[in-house]
Amino acid sequence: MNEEGFIQLRGITKTFGTVVANKDVNLTVRRGEIHALLGENGSGKSTLVNVLAGIYAQDAGTLMVDGKELRLTSPRDAIRAGIGMVHQHFRLVEVLTAKENIILGEGPGLIHGKALTEKIYNIGKKYGLYINPDKKIYNMSVGEKQTVEILKVLYRGAKILILDEPTAVLTPQETEGLFRILRNMKKEGCSIIIITHKLGEVMEVSDRVTVLRKGESIATVNTSETSPRELTDMMVGRPMSLEIQRPAYEGERKTVLRVKNLTARDKDGVARLDHMSFHLHEGEILGVAGIAGSGQKELCEIIAGLDKASEGIVEYNGESILGLSPGAIIKRGVSMSFIPEDRLGMGLVAGMNIVDNVLLKTYRAKPGPFVDRKEGAAKAEAIIRKFEISTPSPWHAVKNLSGGNIQKVLLGREIDLSPRLLITAYPVRGLDIGASYNIYDVLNEQKRKGVAILFIGEDLDVLLALSDRLMVIHNGAVMDIVDPRTVTKEDVGLLMLGHRPGEEETA
Amino acid sequence: MNSFIPSLELYLQTTAQMGTPILFGTLGGILCEKVGHLNLGVEGMMLMGAVAGYMTGLSSGNPLLALLAAGFSGAFGALLYAIVTVTLQGNQTVTGLVLTTFGTGLSSFLGKSMVGVSLPASIQEAFSVRTIPVLADIPIVGKMLFQQSPYVTVALLLAVLLWLYMNKTTMGLNMRAVGENPGAADASGINVTGCKYLHILAGGFLCGLGGAYLSLVFVPRWQDEITAGIGWIAVALVIFSTWNPLKAIFGAYFFGALRGLSFVVQNLDMSLFGRKVVIASQFLDMLPYFFTIVVLVFITMGKKAENQAPKALGNAYFREER
Repeated sequence: MNEEGFIQLRGITKTFGTVVANKDVNLTVRRGEIHALLGENGSGKSTLVNVLAGIYAQDAGTLMVDGKELRLTSPRDAIRAGIGMVHQHFRLVEVLTAKENIILGEGPGLIHGKALTEKIYNIGKKYGLYINPDKKIYNMSVGEKQTVEILKVLYRGAKILILDEPTAVLTPQETEGLFRILRNMKKEGCSIIIITHKLGEVMEVSDRVTVLRKGESIATVNTSETSPRELTDMMVGRPMSLEIQRPAYEGERKTVLRVKNLTARDKDGVARLDHMSFHLHEGEILGVAGIAGSGQKELCEIIAGLDKASEGIVEYNGESILGLSPGAIIKRGVSMSFIPEDRLGMGLVAGMNIVDNVLLKTYRAKPGPFVDRKEGAAKAEAIIRKFEISTPSPWHAVKNLSGGNIQKVLLGREIDLSPRLLITAYPVRGLDIGASYNIYDVLNEQKRKGVAILFIGEDLDVLLALSDRLMVIHNGAVMDIVDPRTVTKEDVGLLMLGHRPGEEETA
Repeated sequence: MNSFIPSLELYLQTTAQMGTPILFGTLGGILCEKVGHLNLGVEGMMLMGAVAGYMTGLSSGNPLLALLAAGFSGAFGALLYAIVTVTLQGNQTVTGLVLTTFGTGLSSFLGKSMVGVSLPASIQEAFSVRTIPVLADIPIVGKMLFQQSPYVTVALLLAVLLWLYMNKTTMGLNMRAVGENPGAADASGINVTGCKYLHILAGGFLCGLGGAYLSLVFVPRWQDEITAGIGWIAVALVIFSTWNPLKAIFGAYFFGALRGLSFVVQNLDMSLFGRKVVIASQFLDMLPYFFTIVVLVFITMGKKAENQAPKALGNAYFREER
């Protein structure tokens, strides 16, 4: 038994077109350890594990598992070698049941319902994983789906489990549960590779950490002998502060946005927003925490005029804006940078260059049918300078920029309109630490100018550090608005799940 | 009233015969769409099967050879389609339409010399109507199900087998996964490309058999464009049946019944309030196509997730796409 390196990746190189995603990367994982892969976005973590899972074929380098060299040409080969992966975006078939998803990919044969349920139950019992095997995936919560993915890997008897950002979509409680499972698996001798960019989780769960930067492996260290500070410096490549500022706003505190009893139903009559009430005043960041799909999207879209409400009031500076067109709302000074999962979905037009994307929101100010590109170009250049966007020129198509830069273009354009109300949803999704802190600084700067900011976020640590007040939503309803200086993460987590702290669990 | 039951039985018997080629086409379409490929080439593959089956039957006199030729030429059409849409990741809609155009032209060209030539007795005998004793005497449905050409019976059995395959076997499960989420299927170790080829080709085989039923059994002579749009009805029926082979039987027979109407009504002497009523045959011929539209409208209004189109329908799959 080779204790020193159960999995050994040597000199892995992988390019996509002209982009080098992995350059001569080395990784050694021992038997029975939890190994964290840490790195900023675009540092090549996902690419590396996708090579190990047989999804991507490496251009150069070797893979060794248990002393034997592996040549993977498909995920099938990886599965045979005992490697299982839980992808960041779950790879489950929604219309099938948990059971069917778990046995997917088996050789020809009949489906044995009962025996299968028992087998799945026994595997689950060993590690503390419980699901209803006959439940359809589309009826499941994110946590349940992840459990199915892990069970699927275990069902095939995998000895190596790869998790790509498994906690990104989980509540603190669910994350704790996941870590318990991982520790159980470790006890059973499994090797676990976990990708995350949450430092706290790395420190909590991993035995060793490998840091990647710009596609290269920088170092592998024992978790017990390192600190978040040291890891960040390695990740970013230079020392940087991890403090998130919460500057005080000195000016007048007029209410900018008032939302009262806002309710929206989808076409099946299900309430997506449930009597939501809150207000937002000048120079304030109101954070919004909630499990994905708790009504964040609907709230943004209704305020921006993209969607209709069934009842309620939305007032901007004391004037109702409910039912106005997006154009009319923008004119009043409401600006929204909504970053849907695919980032380019609603904010920017991917195929157009930066100048044209900037012009999309400002061209109306000029009369006549022609577009003045000169002015747009000047604006675009100013935004590029101010936000340090790395692009060959303002005439570069947005889709060819990196995620962080796309985000900066969007935010830069919105702020350039000098809004009084800025609605921003997941502004740092997919951004690395450096770029994220940039965005936080930009938001704080706007706040100091008296802009009212609705900040819909994912990372609780960030929400707690940045917001002046934190609104927790669950199933489209406001659970509570808490003070982020005093509240605990656990309490917020419970609120996100729909429980009020101290309240007896009912139902 | 005494003549009503026998004529109903006769009508139902015709219904099954009319429905059989539609059923073959629909089953072929289901196989193809369940792996995520919309194939508008059903009509083309049916015509290729029809002409190949007829030619082989004519020259060899061997019914089995004729069937194999029909199936494989349908599968050949499907192979062309699969190469373009699976391997080259081409546009499925356009490729399917081209396949129909190609199949139509090819069958016209090859069939020209066979117009008016009749099939050898060995073929006609092999596919002739067999009566299963006792069962065929069941009132109303007896004749429809048990006094038929074996071809009709085989189509029914195939539908049932296909349903069992899709719902009770791991292979069928894998196939459904490929059509829903090829990324998930791939990550589960399923050979996505292989699975797609296998089912698209099998679907083409069934379409070919459906075409040959028309030329070898139903008509049975060669005529140009012998399918007369049945392939298109099958494409619609794939949706109507919500990709379920058992429901496909009912759908196909329903449309078979509509097509059969024009035969029946012509022979009926209908009178209403003492006046003779005549229904234009053109109107009756239009009905199946009209109902295709009606059915499609209703089906798109449905909501149940299990009854929806395979999620990845129409999308090419490339593993390293980012």
